[in-house]
Amino acid sequence: MSFGATSPGAMNPAGFDLPAPREGIGRRLSDALTRHGRLLTLLLLTPPLLWLGLIYLGSLFVFLAQSIFSIDPFSGMIVREPTTATLIELFRPANFDIVRRTVLVAAAVTALCAVLAFPIAYYAARYAGPKVKAGFYLAVMMPLWSSYLVKVYGWKLLLAKEGAIGWFAGRLGLGGALDAWLALPVVGGPSLSVSYTGMVLTFTYLWLPFMILPIQAALERVPPHLIEAAGDLGASPGLVFRTVILPLAMPGVVAGAIFTFSLTLGDYIVPQIIGTSALVLGQAVYTLQGTAGNIPLAAAFSLVPILVMALFLTIARRTGAFDAL
Amino acid sequence: MTRASLPLKAAALGGLAFLHVPLIFILLYCFTTEERSYAFPPPGYTLKWFAVVWDRADIWAAIGLSLKVAVAATALALVLGTLAAGALARAKFFGREPISLLLVLPIALPGIVTGIALRQAFGLMEIPFSFWTIVIGHATFCIVVVYNNAVARLRRLSPSLIEASMDLGADAFQTFRLVVLPNIGTALLAGGMLAFALSFDEVIVTTFTAGQQSTLPIWMLSELIRPRQRPVTNVVAVMIILVTFLPILAAYYLTREGEAVAGSGK
Repeated sequence: MSFGATSPGAMNPAGFDLPAPREGIGRRLSDALTRHGRLLTLLLLTPPLLWLGLIYLGSLFVFLAQSIFSIDPFSGMIVREPTTATLIELFRPANFDIVRRTVLVAAAVTALCAVLAFPIAYYAARYAGPKVKAGFYLAVMMPLWSSYLVKVYGWKLLLAKEGAIGWFAGRLGLGGALDAWLALPVVGGPSLSVSYTGMVLTFTYLWLPFMILPIQAALERVPPHLIEAAGDLGASPGLVFRTVILPLAMPGVVAGAIFTFSLTLGDYIVPQIIGTSALVLGQAVYTLQGTAGNIPLAAAFSLVPILVMALFLTIARRTGAFDAL
Repeated sequence: MTRASLPLKAAALGGLAFLHVPLIFILLYCFTTEERSYAFPPPGYTLKWFAVVWDRADIWAAIGLSLKVAVAATALALVLGTLAAGALARAKFFGREPISLLLVLPIALPGIVTGIALRQAFGLMEIPFSFWTIVIGHATFCIVVVYNNAVARLRRLSPSLIEASMDLGADAFQTFRLVVLPNIGTALLAGGMLAFALSFDEVIVTTFTAGQQSTLPIWMLSELIRPRQRPVTNVVAVMIILVTFLPILAAYYLTREGEAVAGSGK
């Protein structure tokens, strides 16, 4: 790189016949910025902070603050007086069921993601050579960045009663097993595309890459000599895995769980397309703000995922999960 | 290092296959002759759906709107995300942690909350839904993507390069233009491409900020809920995969080559 064009004389070894520095406004501004690092930081931060602070946080506040209002049961108008009635309404059995159902689905999705992601991340982090690793990375990134709706649609095709999963199950002689599974009380249903099984599978598919990447990052940071040392001290491979590798990979799992959990909690599109008629949290919020016009209760419901995630993040911070992001 | 055991290999490859199988089926169903159900295997194969899509004005209008929104949102996010990265990459100051949290918040919180919040705020300020209300929503969650890419690169950029430039007489602006920008350029390009892909694909926030307008994901969502010609949706889905695939692939190669940033060696 050459700076000769912009600062003639600076490269001159004699160095004494430098032209006097230009004292234009730009130069003086530059000097001020260089001397006062804080001023520069402030100037840089102002536009993004204005945007996020004003537009984003402002909107959030406008919406969420309405959870302390209530709705007039007769006129359907919002009563702008502080009350805890709307928040308490969350604990009515019907509403509490929605919350519980959603958290359970999110937990199931998170667990399934962790189980599926671990071998992929483990292989990529510990066994794959540079070429294979790049291939793995691309293979994970492509679905991650593919269109969300396209992926949901893919599962609608697969899960449909007349679709591919049913056909393959029939061909492999597993049609009976599939029917038996669908006959089960909670996870079953008339077909996979209107059951919790289908919903959890679709969510797992959607968020799996978010679990793979942090686990892989955590595993790659496990120092190889720790594993060798454990082996030298007589631990069997299984013991090394349980006592050395797994604890060190946990922050990655937690980091991934932040994504899988929060993304499932807030989603209302998948349950609308694949799943049972029982509402989950996102759908409840959607119907409440839309057709029901009950913004206060929608705001109260919206607080649930935010609080659950805040709790989750506090715990995650303790485990050091943020270093694995 | 020992070789991977067979079960591990099988589980890893099986997991990767799981990630790709549904996309293959979408491609397959583009060519089916059955338009009322998802019958498998398809009863016959045809190319006519590509022609049908070509003649559908509503699809092209949705694609056009999505592209315009993505370009505007990406441009905004590039400016705001780079500024934030410049401020937070090295500076240590009180309030740094909350600010980085604020940057992540729009993608950390459920999209539906962001969407309804913006809708409420627009309603309160009596801003009618327009192209720009969609862009505002998209830019808000695209900032963090640009920020993440830019901040990672800025942290690898050796401070001595900037000092050297200033020692040689360049002012802050020249240093930015001639030293910093060339070094973070590919990271910005990559961040911009990811932001573009994110915006092009966004449906949840858009549902609440679009009013009557139809971006491509909104069009797609209405087809998913009330399917008309199912293979048409497949053809559009494949188009979406291609439109997002190329920028992501490019972003990958850009950030990978970026490993060789000047002054990154420790």
